[in-house]
Amino acid sequence: MMDSPRTAVSNPPIQPMDSNLGERDLIRRSATASLPKPERQLTPVAKLIDVSKCIGCKACQSACIEWNDTHPAVGENVGVYTNPHDLSENMFTLMRFTEWVNPETDNLEWLIRKDGCMHCSDPGCLKACPAPGAIVQYSNGIVDFVHENCIGCGYCVKGCPFNIPRISKTDRRAYKCTLCSDRVAVGQGPACAKACPTQAIVFGTKEDMKKHADERIADLKSRGYANAGLYDPPGVGGTHVMYVLHHNDKPHIYADLPDQPKISAVVQSWKGVTKYAGLAVMGLAAAGSILHGILGKPNRVTDEDEEGAEKLTSNPSATDPGADGHRPEERV
Amino acid sequence: MKAERVQPGDAIHPGNPITVNRYGPAARANHWITAVSLILLALSGLALFHPSLFFLTGLFGGGQNTRAWHPYIGVVLFVSFFIFFAQLWRANLPTRTDVQWLSHAKDIIGGHDEKLPEVGKYNAGQKFIFWAMAGLILLLIVTGVIIWDQYFGAATAVQTKRYAVLIHSICAVLIICVFILHVYAGIWTRGTIRAMTRGTVTGGWAYRHHRKWLRDLAGRGRQTPAE
Ligand code: HEM
Ligand code: SF4
Ligand code: SF4
Ligand code: SF4
Repeated sequence: MMDSPRTAVSNPPIQPMDSNLGERDLIRRSATASLPKPERQLTPVAKLIDVSKCIGCKACQSACIEWNDTHPAVGENVGVYTNPHDLSENMFTLMRFTEWVNPETDNLEWLIRKDGCMHCSDPGCLKACPAPGAIVQYSNGIVDFVHENCIGCGYCVKGCPFNIPRISKTDRRAYKCTLCSDRVAVGQGPACAKACPTQAIVFGTKEDMKKHADERIADLKSRGYANAGLYDPPGVGGTHVMYVLHHNDKPHIYADLPDQPKISAVVQSWKGVTKYAGLAVMGLAAAGSILHGILGKPNRVTDEDEEGAEKLTSNPSATDPGADGHRPEERV
Repeated sequence: MKAERVQPGDAIHPGNPITVNRYGPAARANHWITAVSLILLALSGLALFHPSLFFLTGLFGGGQNTRAWHPYIGVVLFVSFFIFFAQLWRANLPTRTDVQWLSHAKDIIGGHDEKLPEVGKYNAGQKFIFWAMAGLILLLIVTGVIIWDQYFGAATAVQTKRYAVLIHSICAVLIICVFILHVYAGIWTRGTIRAMTRGTVTGGWAYRHHRKWLRDLAGRGRQTPAE
């Protein structure tokens, strides 16, 4: 059997089969220091979204809701096609519509980008997560949330450079696109890719997807999109969801897709130096106190002190006022 | 403004040994609430701070509960500490004597109180702990509310939350160190803990560590008649 499906369009195998993605395929596990190296390496997979072929039908959104059995509330029309208005625990992918006037041609271009988890090779969500095993990464590149381990802290939201995870208001656990890991595990491609009528969404090995993207980019260039290119941002080590963009020189025009995404330096220092320095400082403070307690002599009240108190209280004015005893304390 | 040297309720009781009232029952109860909530916050916060401490979530009934309870306990800490603050801040204003006292660092650490200048109700070390706690608790509540996603998730941008969680964890480390110092100083200076349990200290303790306070109390006639 092949270790990962090569396409989303083929029909599923009909014979029962075991899941091909498990604990033994993990290459990263949140808040876990020592993870055994997996014995095998799965072929890296990727979903490729060709923005230039998308017609904005939202079949992918429907397929995603259907497969994941989520229940987004009935929306409200506010005059834009983007619906619902944002990703949510019930909507793992969202078509974001942008009306953009190309300054070179003065044409109105209707940009439609399928937003959702990018399945980063260096996932900021996983780096930030404090709960062991709540976020995992498989050797085929899929980054998945394991809800029973999630504590709902929202750190993944802060770690993600693409603003993807959402915390459920009902069960307080984090949700996002799974890259249909439960389908990929049994030889099927993602539901959204399977549903896409124009094959703007395709799925396969990361290598195949890059080749396919090259063909699409050559085609777009021949049709005047000189800046067409592949969005596979190196700042996060590349992604397992990639875009073909007709204006790859300015990703931000596609509903604020980051030009150069990377894990925020604030998050890096929070999860890096703060932890090591913090543990060291607290450990030293605790150890220092204990050592001083064992080795040092406690500061005890003596009999002379009690006698002094006796004298002082029986006749306060008669005792020596000390260094500057009667001078009122002034503020410095 | 002058630092307050004697506080309402402080009084000397003759006896053997002499005892001196330092904290009334309400102040002590409140201080215990502050102390317990700070310990619970440190434990629940540290559970999320580093994977090696995640096991601490077991004390609170799992990760979800730890995450959910921590900020509520934070609000309790904030309220109880600032009630305490309102009562004590005047007595904790810095004075000239504090500078002289601090210049005897060696005698402080060596426990040679007889070589130190006389101080009022609080010495410079206690004042430092008081103001450090006040500042850190303020920073912790502000940053803690920003990252309290359950209620305030929509109120700020992700970048703001990133800074908030970074500052929160640094302040947490600092306040835990200040707390260790505070508790240790209380234990090392024998006879201090009873101020928090019984509310009184012995005359000898007051004479040794806060003689100016004792002198002021005696001078102002804040004494109950001998029985
Ligand atoms: C004063 C009010 C406080 C509030 C409102 C507050 C709130 C929060 C919140 C919302 C979190 C994120 C996790 C969660 O949702 O439970 C958190 C984390 C944390 N808190 Fe607090 N907190 C407060 C005080 C404290 C104090 C006094 C300490 C230390 C003794 C502390 C230590 C921590 C630590 C260590 C973390 C984990 C930070 C990390 O993961 O790096 N907090 N706090
Ligand atoms: S919300 Fe869940 S998945 Fe996200 S960081 Fe917290 S524990 Fe991890
Ligand atoms: S896009 Fe965000 S949620 Fe998805 S893998 Fe990257 S960091 Fe994690
Ligand atoms: S890969 Fe699956 S979970 Fe992700 S957007 Fe497509 S259908 Fe939804």
